[in-house]
Amino acid sequence: MSFVLNPERDEKLREILERYPNKMAACIPVMQLAQDQTGWVSPEVTDWVAETLDLSTAHILGVATFYSLFNTEPVGQHQVWVCRTLSCALNGADTVLAHCEKRLGIRCGQTTKDGKVTLRTAECLASCGSGPMMQVDRAYHENLTLEQVDVILDRLTTDSTPD
Amino acid sequence: MLKRTDYLTKRYGLKESWKLSHYEHDGGYRQARRVMRMKREDIVEEAKAANLRGRGGAGFPLGVKWGFMPPKSDKPHYLVVNADEGEPGTFKDRTLMELDPHAIIEGCIIGCRGIGANTAYIYVRDELHLAKDRLWGAIAEAKKKGYLGERPFSVNNHPVEVYVHSGAGAYICGEESALLNSLEGKRGEPRLRPPFPAQAGAFGMPTTVNNIESIASMPTIFALGGDNFSKLSSLHDMRDGGCRLFGVSGHVKTPGVFECAVGLTLRELIYELGGGVAGGELLGVIPGGCSTPILRADEVVDAAGEADPLHRWHGQSVLDVPIGVDTMRGLGTMAGTCCAIVLSDKACPVRAMHNLVRFYRHESCGQCTPCREGNGWIERITSKIVAGEASLDELNRIHEIAGNIMGNTICAFGEGSAMPVLGFLKKFRPEFEEYVRTGGTSSPGGLALSETLGLSDS
Repeated sequence: MSFVLNPERDEKLREILERYPNKMAACIPVMQLAQDQTGWVSPEVTDWVAETLDLSTAHILGVATFYSLFNTEPVGQHQVWVCRTLSCALNGADTVLAHCEKRLGIRCGQTTKDGKVTLRTAECLASCGSGPMMQVDRAYHENLTLEQVDVILDRLTTDSTPD
Repeated sequence: MLKRTDYLTKRYGLKESWKLSHYEHDGGYRQARRVMRMKREDIVEEAKAANLRGRGGAGFPLGVKWGFMPPKSDKPHYLVVNADEGEPGTFKDRTLMELDPHAIIEGCIIGCRGIGANTAYIYVRDELHLAKDRLWGAIAEAKKKGYLGERPFSVNNHPVEVYVHSGAGAYICGEESALLNSLEGKRGEPRLRPPFPAQAGAFGMPTTVNNIESIASMPTIFALGGDNFSKLSSLHDMRDGGCRLFGVSGHVKTPGVFECAVGLTLRELIYELGGGVAGGELLGVIPGGCSTPILRADEVVDAAGEADPLHRWHGQSVLDVPIGVDTMRGLGTMAGTCCAIVLSDKACPVRAMHNLVRFYRHESCGQCTPCREGNGWIERITSKIVAGEASLDELNRIHEIAGNIMGNTICAFGEGSAMPVLGFLKKFRPEFEEYVRTGGTSSPGGLALSETLGLSDS
């Protein structure tokens, strides 16, 4: 089935294209727009972006695989990234990650069986003064304690509303 | 010398500090209004007088960079603002975007006028959603007032548009030529230079890439005058002027971002602003983001020669040398982003280096063989060391591999990954040897302090 952008995002697409002197420059924001809708850059999304921007699918795939925030396979409804780089590590990031793995019953890089949460690590998220921290979907959670991690994960795993 | 200033951070504590009303209450956009009526060469002269050394880490004089732009050209020019903040330990730019975005927008208008550009792109890393929202909000407010668009401040013939462009997760895109490729919708791989961005940058056109803190300083520079701005710094005579944001994180009691005049020392940053070392004594400090080689707490300045720029600090602790682009270079490290990572003596230097080499292996774009293979190799050996399975020969091999990365890559990522590794090995050689010999039993432990945040996972 081919990919179709929903009307609200279609409006946004037109606005994005106006920002740049050529279509290729819109590649990243347009792919982000599509990924926001589907959760990942599926083959259908790749074809759609290529067609929309008059680019080859090889170019789109090259871009999608270069950047860590394009999902080249399906991910959970919610995404959790635990920052693991030095300042956070000095403040207990490894313990936070191990706690998340235990609590969710998955290893880093995996998605829970019910498809609710994908757990990953991230390299420095520019929150070094407030570590340990993790990003959940679009939001930063900083100065974490394990109690707070529990509250956040509980909310994600019991959340029944679609993203 | 510790001298707190509040030119960049004045509004940080206010409720809804990011709103135009607060910014204009403090005189915001007056400089952009004035600068839009100034001649380009006068703007560049003022910027040169400010002696602002680029705040992204390399420390290149901003005014000189602006001067590289072709004075007369039929081609469109671009201002690209680097807000891909991702250098581990660095968290200053984010505060500007989230808490005072109008200073950035005003800086963009001044910058566009100064280099003859009609378009500015602010390249923000994807994860900083709040920062992007605040910047777009500020752009909308400024547009509504007529500060952006076809006739900013009713000035004819110089339209200015500002856009936010989102990255998608790649540390290398903080490197300016990789950033330009990413902006153009390509893989973020660095470009060969020449041509330099001022000749052929974004979309093949003359382009200036500036760090976002540099741009946010523009309204202050034009309000005070370039020379007065420069003289805020105690390193004015070394052409390292003004005030800037300093950060401190890791094993300190009160981590955070602090605005001070240039000339602050590491001791002041760690013990006065950072509240002192948490959980023990100071082992070492990474002065300005993880690519800047570490300094040991017990190092002293060796600059006996009178011609040595660091001579006036000869025999003193490195912690008492003002943090400046040239002073830190004299110590064999860099001022970088001026965001320090502090390690207490409870932290294991071997594991600290391991954390960083893992980062570099992950973030190498893979374009140049020495960097791609070298960082992978260094990470594998360091993992073996941490696991207590490496030999001294392998430890020595890291020197050779890192040495072969230096100078053999397209961009500065190569040096940026090899230098801190060589720094750790040089400064902590006895600790590394002991770790290898004892299989890790000599290590003071891991990285986190045991009392950290009640993080006792059962």
